[in-house]
Amino acid sequence: MAEEHYLELSENPVQFEHASSVNNVFFDEANKQVFAVRSGGATGVVVKGPDDKSSVAFRMDDKGEVKCIKFSIGNKILAVQRTSKSVVFPDKRSLKLLKSQSINVNWYQYCPETAVILLSTTVQGNILQPFAFRNGTMSKMSKFEIELPVVPKPAKLSLSERDIAMATIYGQLYVMYLKHHSRTANSPSAEVVLYHLSREGSCKKSHVLKLNTTGKFALNIVDNLVVVHHQTRLCPEHPPAPVLLLHRPLVFPAGPAAVPSQPPVPCQLYSSSWSVFQPDIIISASEGYLWYLQVKLPPTVNLLQDKGKLMDFLLRRRECKMVILSVCSQSAYLTAGSLPVVATVFDKLNQVYKDYLEAEQSYTQAMESGPSRGSAAQKRPVRTQAVIDQSDMYTHVLSSFTERKGVSHKFIIAVLMEYIRSLNQFQITVQHYLYELVIKTLVQHNLFYMLHQFLQYHVLSDSKPLACLLLSLESTYPPAHQLSLDMLKRLSTANDEIIEVLLSKQQVLGALRFIRSVGGHDNASARKFLDAAQQTGDQMLFYTVFRSFQQRNQRLRGSPAFNPGEHCEEHVAHFKQLFGEQALMKPSTV
Amino acid sequence: MASGMQEKQYTPSLLSFFIYNPTFGPREGEEEKKILFYHPSDVEKNEKIRNVGLCEAIVQFTRTFCPTKPAKSLHTQKNRQFFFEPEENFWMVMVVRNPMIEKPNKDGKPPTVEYQEEEMLLFNGTFSRAMQAGGVELLMQKLEKFFYRYLQTLHLQSCDLLDVFGGISFFPLDKMTYLKIQSFVNRVEESLSLIKYTAFLYNDQLIWSGLEQDDMRILYKYLTTSLFPRHSEPELAGRDSPMRPEVAGNLLHYGRFLTGPTNLKDPEAKFRFPKIFVSAEDGYEELHLIVYKVHSLVCFLIASVELTREFCEQLDSLVGPQLTLLASDICEQFTINRRISGPEKEPHFKFIYFNHMNLAEKSTIHMRKTASVCLTSVHPDLMKILGDINCDFARVDEDEEIIVKAMTDYWVVGKKSDQRELYVILNQKNANLIEVNEEVKRLCATQFNNIFFLD
Repeated sequence: MAEEHYLELSENPVQFEHASSVNNVFFDEANKQVFAVRSGGATGVVVKGPDDKSSVAFRMDDKGEVKCIKFSIGNKILAVQRTSKSVVFPDKRSLKLLKSQSINVNWYQYCPETAVILLSTTVQGNILQPFAFRNGTMSKMSKFEIELPVVPKPAKLSLSERDIAMATIYGQLYVMYLKHHSRTANSPSAEVVLYHLSREGSCKKSHVLKLNTTGKFALNIVDNLVVVHHQTRLCPEHPPAPVLLLHRPLVFPAGPAAVPSQPPVPCQLYSSSWSVFQPDIIISASEGYLWYLQVKLPPTVNLLQDKGKLMDFLLRRRECKMVILSVCSQSAYLTAGSLPVVATVFDKLNQVYKDYLEAEQSYTQAMESGPSRGSAAQKRPVRTQAVIDQSDMYTHVLSSFTERKGVSHKFIIAVLMEYIRSLNQFQITVQHYLYELVIKTLVQHNLFYMLHQFLQYHVLSDSKPLACLLLSLESTYPPAHQLSLDMLKRLSTANDEIIEVLLSKQQVLGALRFIRSVGGHDNASARKFLDAAQQTGDQMLFYTVFRSFQQRNQRLRGSPAFNPGEHCEEHVAHFKQLFGEQALMKPSTV
Repeated sequence: MASGMQEKQYTPSLLSFFIYNPTFGPREGEEEKKILFYHPSDVEKNEKIRNVGLCEAIVQFTRTFCPTKPAKSLHTQKNRQFFFEPEENFWMVMVVRNPMIEKPNKDGKPPTVEYQEEEMLLFNGTFSRAMQAGGVELLMQKLEKFFYRYLQTLHLQSCDLLDVFGGISFFPLDKMTYLKIQSFVNRVEESLSLIKYTAFLYNDQLIWSGLEQDDMRILYKYLTTSLFPRHSEPELAGRDSPMRPEVAGNLLHYGRFLTGPTNLKDPEAKFRFPKIFVSAEDGYEELHLIVYKVHSLVCFLIASVELTREFCEQLDSLVGPQLTLLASDICEQFTINRRISGPEKEPHFKFIYFNHMNLAEKSTIHMRKTASVCLTSVHPDLMKILGDINCDFARVDEDEEIIVKAMTDYWVVGKKSDQRELYVILNQKNANLIEVNEEVKRLCATQFNNIFFLD
């Protein structure tokens, strides 16, 4: 288990010509583009983006060493910096100063996703001043102070730009501060301090991640997880052994998490020449690779023993569906002694499921009511992998679970009922195949009385498929017949089915009485009833049914005769044969 | 009418009840050995032997007409005898004096004999089982012990149609609360593995039974007519009364044991629970009945082995708090249901409903049913008509409908649809047959629209 990695590098890294004396490599965090500039651009500039389409190759005149090179969004304008005080745009363009702020700045960081720039001010550098760019305007947000482990005397720059990173976690902007351990201060190990930068402009210290170790660190954000890379020398005689350290997941909203770190996991690909960029990029300039860091979820399921917390963690990950389903069906989890855990897990899954269904429903309603004024631009809710619906549970977990050997049927039924309970609690309509699974399991173990009680209390909701299933159980459990008929009756859309059931049981009079009570007598197929009556061999019954339809014909059409379309010639003949021609109802007699 | 009142002084009553086995004393002079139990016990020996011999002869004689179905009852001018063979060669006979009215009172008796046997079975196992365990001696002791008490709880004069059905009254509950109870039951059975079955009652009405229907039916009768009435006294005594022992020092919940220890804190407390015998795949299994109660909510758990103090404490701490929560949930439902059904005004019809399939019974005729008194809101004559209609229904399988105009201007309607029976008593003096029929249709449409009940 210790061998398993929680993180991995993307399979298809962006490849570029590695850095050398003739080839300079630059990375633009905003567009995620790597620039390989050969001989100052004279022999070519190759730009590789996150996907193949954004690759560009061009040449430019060598006007000295390039210090920085970037495209504007959409690769429209290229900006090249060759000296510390000038930026050149190859296309001749004019530039206008919109706004200026006068601040002493030690260094800056820019977060392209949120368009927020962070400036380090004051002598110690620990007062950070954020600015937000929105719709072409720049607004100053309130500044905040980073608590330094030791306050140097005399004052000097103490906050390095390497120790600050900005990242979006669960849609919120955070400033992450890598607070190194300090021998003088009372901090035994390094920690990552998160400052939450709210849209309103205030900034609050929100979380402290204790790393319980010291050394060199780097930070990434992958799938809303804070990843702390840790480089350490394990043995002096060996070359530096790079390790990757996955911090205990930060589950929001969990409050400040002070949790021990996980054992370091060696990663062969780790190289000391790597540079780390936000949020999830690792570049090896010397090898010519750009990777994305990815979370590998399956091994993480062993990190958290508490299944409820594990679900909280998994439900927030992008590629979580199959992992969650596998956790659910894991034998270790679905075994005796764990019903409360099962209940918690189901409730967590169904909460997400319900939220999605509600969002979907309100979207549909908004669409149906037309593009009305106000919120016309309501977006269709995105169905994330965390939405695990009944068919997922049925297919991947429950149906195989009910067939598992060595699990008591009591427990199987308890788990099924728990899932149905949870769905009901969130007012989610239960699909009939889940009920069928319950019925199948109960029948398999001869628990008919239990089934009967469930139906009696409408725990298994009415549906035609369910009623038909019950009908099929009649031979093993006779009361199923009554249960089925009751259900069909309640559905009120299944009158045809009820007639069929009654006729098949040769309850012709009952069928006739029923169809009258629901007002379907006029349109009933006389042939069907007469067939059934004839089959009983009961002559009086046949007479009664025949007469009843004759009367109907009389009432509807003024004549007791059957229409040719009703195909009752055979029955008329049978009637004549039994009771004689004179017994037929004559039009004039009524 | 006045003379009728006089006649009714002779209510049906139990003349004698005895159990015998003809194989125990086949030779002349040994007849007494056949008799395993005889009530009343002070009858002279020869009369006992004579009566037993007579029954034996009747059974033998009638057998010649139908070997597979022996006689069930014999009706004479003065009394009626019921014969029942619960196990091979064991015969139970009950002699009931007829009420002194022209028509024999048909309701109640035959099933009652069977219940006795079943309840006997529930608490003691089979006759042959007792025989194996301790011979005839033990069997006779057991019979004496059981029937001595049981026959006292038998009140033939107040038996009516509901006793014929021996049904179960179910408590109406919404789906979510029901599922919560399911969840609770499953968790309890999972964490207390000694518990084999669980059942739930609220206000003497069944909510859930893990036991099979037949066992539940007998247990239900025992609980509602025998155990609960015995324990209702302390409840009525109120909270501060010393008769509520467990409240002190246990503020978390209001659970208490109705069987077993009355006070868990008592160091002398006995942890003995009644034994019951329920049907299992291979005959009968012997189990222990734990009845645990919170307010009106009763949960009974059935365990497979002898129980200890530790177990009872564990059960009390696990079940008590959860059951207290559930009880308040259900109580809420109860008040909602009552509010929906509206103020209790007297409807112009009363009915009894019974479903043979799930034994569900419902009566608006019975106000309160206890072991000794059965308070019905209608005249006994009408109840007797119901019993007669029921007898008629029992003869045929087909759906039937019977409408009777009673002497007292009441209309009595009996309907049978598939396995369901409905009896309605209408108080509409001037109504004609068609109106009565319409009225019953309306009743069905309002009260029974969620079931398939043909009208």
